[in-house]
Amino acid sequence: MNTVKTIEKISQSNEFSLSCPVSFQKYPHVLLAHGGGGKLMHQLIEEVFLSVFDNANLNQRHDSAVLNPGQGQIAFTTDSYVVQPLFFPGGNIGTLAINGTVNDLAMSGARPLYLSCGFILEEGLAMEDLWRIVQSMRQAAMKAKVQIVTGDTKVVDKGKGDGVFINTAGIGIMEYKQKISPQMVQEGDALIVNGDLGRHGIAIMATREGLSFETKIESDTIPLAGVIQDLISEGIEIHCLRDLTRGGLASALNEIALAASVEINIDEPQIPVREDVRGACEMLGLDPLYVANEGRFIAFIPEKDVKKALSVMKSSPAGREAAIIGKVTRKSSALVTMTSAIGVSRILDMIIGEQLPRIC
Amino acid sequence: MKFLDEYRDAKAVRQFADKIRQITTRPHVLMEICGGQTHAIVKFGIDELLPKKITLVHGPGCPVCVTPLEQIDKAIEIASRRDVIFCSFGDMLRVPGSKKDLLSVKAEGGDVRMVYSPLDALKITQANPQKHVVFFAVGFETTAPANAMAVFQAYKLGVNNFSMLVSHVLVPPAMEAILSSPKNRVQGFLAAGHVCTVMGYTEYEPIAQKYKVPIVVTGFEPVDILQGIYMCVTQLEEGRYEVENQYTRSVRLWGNISAQNVIRAVFQVTHRKWRGVGEIPLSGLSLKGPYEQFDAERRFGLADYHAEESTDCISGLILQGIKKPHQCPAFGTKCTPESPLGATMVSSEGACAAYYRYRSHSRCAVSKYPSPHTGSESGS
Repeated sequence: MNTVKTIEKISQSNEFSLSCPVSFQKYPHVLLAHGGGGKLMHQLIEEVFLSVFDNANLNQRHDSAVLNPGQGQIAFTTDSYVVQPLFFPGGNIGTLAINGTVNDLAMSGARPLYLSCGFILEEGLAMEDLWRIVQSMRQAAMKAKVQIVTGDTKVVDKGKGDGVFINTAGIGIMEYKQKISPQMVQEGDALIVNGDLGRHGIAIMATREGLSFETKIESDTIPLAGVIQDLISEGIEIHCLRDLTRGGLASALNEIALAASVEINIDEPQIPVREDVRGACEMLGLDPLYVANEGRFIAFIPEKDVKKALSVMKSSPAGREAAIIGKVTRKSSALVTMTSAIGVSRILDMIIGEQLPRIC
Repeated sequence: MKFLDEYRDAKAVRQFADKIRQITTRPHVLMEICGGQTHAIVKFGIDELLPKKITLVHGPGCPVCVTPLEQIDKAIEIASRRDVIFCSFGDMLRVPGSKKDLLSVKAEGGDVRMVYSPLDALKITQANPQKHVVFFAVGFETTAPANAMAVFQAYKLGVNNFSMLVSHVLVPPAMEAILSSPKNRVQGFLAAGHVCTVMGYTEYEPIAQKYKVPIVVTGFEPVDILQGIYMCVTQLEEGRYEVENQYTRSVRLWGNISAQNVIRAVFQVTHRKWRGVGEIPLSGLSLKGPYEQFDAERRFGLADYHAEESTDCISGLILQGIKKPHQCPAFGTKCTPESPLGATMVSSEGACAAYYRYRSHSRCAVSKYPSPHTGSESGS
């Protein structure tokens, strides 16, 4: 518990400025020299990364952070973030880089504590953009109650990157005593999703392709560790968790059905999809069940705990629109089916490549 | 969602299914023309709601499926050129040519871009005066007006670095080709609602009279399709063969005259080869008159291509309603959406791809629901 208090204390005490540090006004764009190991690189690290991510572990300024995560097993994960556009409604690449790795830790039932952060910057990136990304990362880390404790910066020639690539790795401490994995999935388990699907993918596509809809569709990116910790502390039995990123709900369910050798049936009318997202998908010929999310997960919960789990999730900001969408019908060969609004069941398959908008 | 939920309403669906069951006294074979309708039928399991006596066969109305291999090879050759930006709708990018697909050309360094409208390709043209921009103009009468408009605008703007690889096809000649085949078993058609939104449905009346088949202009949602089937079966039971319009919220008798005018101004009717079917006389569109300068085949002087289709593939028979996807020995084994052998497996709206995606053979064996492979052929 000490670590949490420390993070909260740091978060509260650290008022930050939204304007770019003075010395960078001289360098409005990232230069190769910002990764060259000299004075400019030192300035970049000190004035952008260290000053913003500021915490005791990072301030050791050592080649590696020496950590004391506490007793028990740790969870360890990594993910790389490449997204165009860098900024989109509801977030940016920095928010994703924090929430994505935090969520991967949360899905194993861990309480996320520490992140590393590697930046690959493209020569010519606007320093103002980097500053905005870093500020968003700081806010996302505070919200997710994690510290960025170590990092790395490289600059590549113009044309050899895409503005900025970010890699984050994360460590969390396991507080849930049972195993959370596809192998724990049982016949009769209910499937609960924590909110509406498809917003992140559509927000990115709309920005990238210059599509506009009547309402602004914002990414759903949020940290999920809080709501998972709530489920754990309420004593809910959790069999499996999976975040619904690339490939969406349909791909996640197929992966789990395959790993657990179970048949899963979901009920189409119960799956929350916002009207504007449905409309966009209908127009583009996309299926929202395959569209990426960045703040959505599916929980496999035994029947006895379903009601309680749903009410715990609904009382968390990351689960207000949680819904029971289906169940594990039996142990068998892997199969995911969906009962449509008209009462007919069909296979919900894994997608082959990316979804491509169709001709007509 | 308005205009969607009411057409996916379970109660209305059941009511139409019941009505169809009540009026059906003998076997009927109906063909839905459009790939979008095929997709909806298989996705929503509409055929499983029908009486055994009604067989749905799936028509040639998927533009991705019927685009000949030769045209895809031409697209790949053009897209591989360093001086070209090649623009296409998304679903053509993954369609394999004889050797590779457009996504592979992109991976090899070609400038291949996915666009949502041919007018976007024209914008890219204006932004890249040093490059030549080619748009892959694929589709039925539905996409023809926008494609014609892009060429018309390019002409008006005096743009000389824009052209189109045209592979446009028309619905009525394909229906005639199916009906005049000695193997034909189609007794009634669900015509494609969006094609008729553009073209109206006067050109279907001579077909209905000549071949004595009812034709019902039909929409794309479950309630639309079931109502279209109901109207078609009613005619068959009563011995009528007329053209009727189920999709009244979108289709008018004469269609969209402005859209037809721009098509006629820019395109002329020509012979076209259909993948899996072969050449159908006067079944496609090509650029005409002053707009021929925007013809990419002419611009790049592409030689006559000839590509061999797999001999294992029976997509021609499927597109004519003679066979069903699961009757092909290669279905789901040698031929899958990842490595398609022919037309009907290449696009998500092709009949084989729809069957594979929603009803793959082995996976249905463990389903608690009746095997759909008996669904539309013998009913269920």
